[in-house]
Amino acid sequence: MKTFTKTKMLTDAPMHYCPGCTHGIVHRLVAESIEELGLQEKCIGIAPVGCAVFAYDYFNCDMQEAAHGRAPAVATGIKRCLPDRLVFVYQGDGDLASIGMAETVHAAARGENITIIFINNSIYGMTGGQMAPTTLIGQKATTCQKGRDPSVNGYPIRVCELLATLDAPYYIERVATHDVKHVLAAKRAIKKALQFQAEGRGYSFVEVLVSCPTNWHMAPVDALRFMGEECTKTFPLGVYRDKSEGKI
Amino acid sequence: MAKILLHGTEAICEGAIRNGCRAFFGYPITPQNEVPEYMSVKMPQVGGVFVQAESEVAAINMVYGAAGAGIRAMTSSSSPGVSLKQEGISYIACARIPCVIVNIMRAGPGLGGILPAQGDYFQATKGGGHGDYRLIVLSPSSAQEACDFTYRAFDLADRYRVPVMLLADGMIGQLMEPVELPPMRDLRDIPEKDWATSGHYGKDRRVLNSLLIDPEVLEPHVNALKRTYDEIAANECVAESMLTEDAEIVLTAYGTVARICKSAVQALRKQGVKAGWVRPVTLFPFPAETYAKVAAQKSVKVFLDVELSLGQMVEDVRLSVNGRKPVRFYGRTGGNITDEREIVQEALQALASVKEEQ
Repeated sequence: MKTFTKTKMLTDAPMHYCPGCTHGIVHRLVAESIEELGLQEKCIGIAPVGCAVFAYDYFNCDMQEAAHGRAPAVATGIKRCLPDRLVFVYQGDGDLASIGMAETVHAAARGENITIIFINNSIYGMTGGQMAPTTLIGQKATTCQKGRDPSVNGYPIRVCELLATLDAPYYIERVATHDVKHVLAAKRAIKKALQFQAEGRGYSFVEVLVSCPTNWHMAPVDALRFMGEECTKTFPLGVYRDKSEGKI
Repeated sequence: MAKILLHGTEAICEGAIRNGCRAFFGYPITPQNEVPEYMSVKMPQVGGVFVQAESEVAAINMVYGAAGAGIRAMTSSSSPGVSLKQEGISYIACARIPCVIVNIMRAGPGLGGILPAQGDYFQATKGGGHGDYRLIVLSPSSAQEACDFTYRAFDLADRYRVPVMLLADGMIGQLMEPVELPPMRDLRDIPEKDWATSGHYGKDRRVLNSLLIDPEVLEPHVNALKRTYDEIAANECVAESMLTEDAEIVLTAYGTVARICKSAVQALRKQGVKAGWVRPVTLFPFPAETYAKVAAQKSVKVFLDVELSLGQMVEDVRLSVNGRKPVRFYGRTGGNITDEREIVQEALQALASVKEEQ
C-alpha cells in the first residue's frame, strides 16, 4: 500500500505561513526534489528576507539566512568555494526583483552553478501588503491603494524574460501553483533545475507564481483563481531558456 | 628568509594567502585596486576563489557565504566602499562568521578624495553598521605590519568568531617597503569549524542566521557577543610606546601617522624637549591601560593626539587618560598628510600652553 508521507528534507517545525498561501507547497516541492535526487547530504540552502525568512527552520539541511536581496551573492560565495555541494536559493519578489536585482542579474550573468527558486506573489507579504516590483497593473496594495497606476508606479518586472536576455543562464522557467496540474508541473521544473546544477551545467532559475490570500484580500480559492486567470496574463508560464533542449 | 620589496597592498594579500585565505571578493575603488588585482592572479594559483563582485554590497555577502561555509575569506575596499559593506558586516557580526575586511582609508566624507586619511576610525571601532557589535580592528603602520597583521587577523577572527578589520590609511596603499614574508600555513593546521554550513543534513544540520525575533533569545545572544568583546579586550590589546619614562609631552597616533610622530619625538629630543610616544596597534580593543599608566606618571604634562581626521581616536585617548592630564589634538584632513615639522611645532605649543596654565 502506498502511504503519503512528508519528505525528510523538511523538518517537523510548524510553518508560519498564512492559510491558503502556497509557499508551503513550494517548500515541499523543493524538499521532495532534493530528497528524490539523493542530494540532501550535500545541500546548503539560502533563506531570504520576506515571508520565507524562516525557511531555515523548515529545510532539513544546512541553511544560511541572507540579508535582504543578497542571497545570490551569498550563494555565489558558498558555491565557488564548495563546488560539489548543492546550493539553492529561495527568494520572494521584493527580495529578488527589487532590493536584490543587482545580485540577481549578476549571479545569472556570471552563470553561477546555483538554483534560484523565485516566489512571485505580486506583493510584499511579510510587511503587510505593500506594492512589489511584480504587482499587477490595477492591483491594490497598501502603498498604491487605488491600484497600481503605471504613470505613478511604473510597470511590473518580468524577471524570467529579463534574465533570458543574458547568455549564461542554463535553465529558466516560470510555473504556477493554482491547481494540481500546475503544482505537478512546478515540481518537474524545480527538480530539473536542481538536477542541472548537480550535473554542473550552470545557472538555473524557476519562478513560481504563488497566492497571497491575506494581502490580496481574497478567500484562498478565489486567490488561486486570480493567480491562474490574472497573474498568468502578466507573467506567462513557460520555459524561457533550456540549453539541454537547445532553447536559447 | 630574505626580505623582498612589496607594495603595501601586496603585503596585505600575501599575509592573507599565507594564513589560509582561499576566497577573495572585491570591487574596484581607489586606493586599494591593487588588492583585487593581485588576488585575481594569486587566488587561482593557490586553489582559491576570486570573484569581482558587482558591488561592495555583493562582495561582503559573498564573504558571508564563503566564510559561513568554513572558508577563510576576505574582502577589501576603501572608505565609501566600506560604508556600503556595513549592512553585511552587521549581519556577519550577529551570525558570528569569522572573516577579514580591509579598509584602506581615503579622505571623506561622501565621495571625498582619493588621498590618505583616517576619517573612518569611528565607523571601524564603534560598530559601523546597525546594532550592538564590534570588530577587532588592527592598524598597520608599515608594509611589514600590513602583512603580519593581515596574517594574524585570520587567527583572531577564527578564535573569537568575529569579523576583523585591517584599518590602514591610504599611505599603506601607496608605499613600497621591504617585507619578510611568513611561511605558507598548512591548511590542515587550521582548526575545524564545527558550526560551518558546508553541507549537513537532519540532526547534524547547521544554521547561520542573524534573525532572532524572540527578545528572550536575542538578548542572551547579544550578551554573549558582549562577553566575547570583553574577552577580546582582556586578551588582545596591543600598544607600543617609546621614551615615555621621563616624558613631559606624549605624542600619540595610529597607522602611518604614528611613524611621523616617532620622527617628531626624536626631533624634539634633539632640541632638549622630553617627548615620548604611544601608538595603539589594536584600535578595538583600545589599549586604554597603556594610556592610563603613562598619564599617571608625574613627568607627563600633556598628550598630543595627531590624526588625519577632525579628531576621532582622540575621544578614546581622552577616555583612557580620564582627565588625569590634558589631551591636545592636531589633525589634517582632505587627503593632506602632516609632517615632522608641523607636529614638532604643535608639540611645543601644547607644552607651552599647559605650562602657562600651571
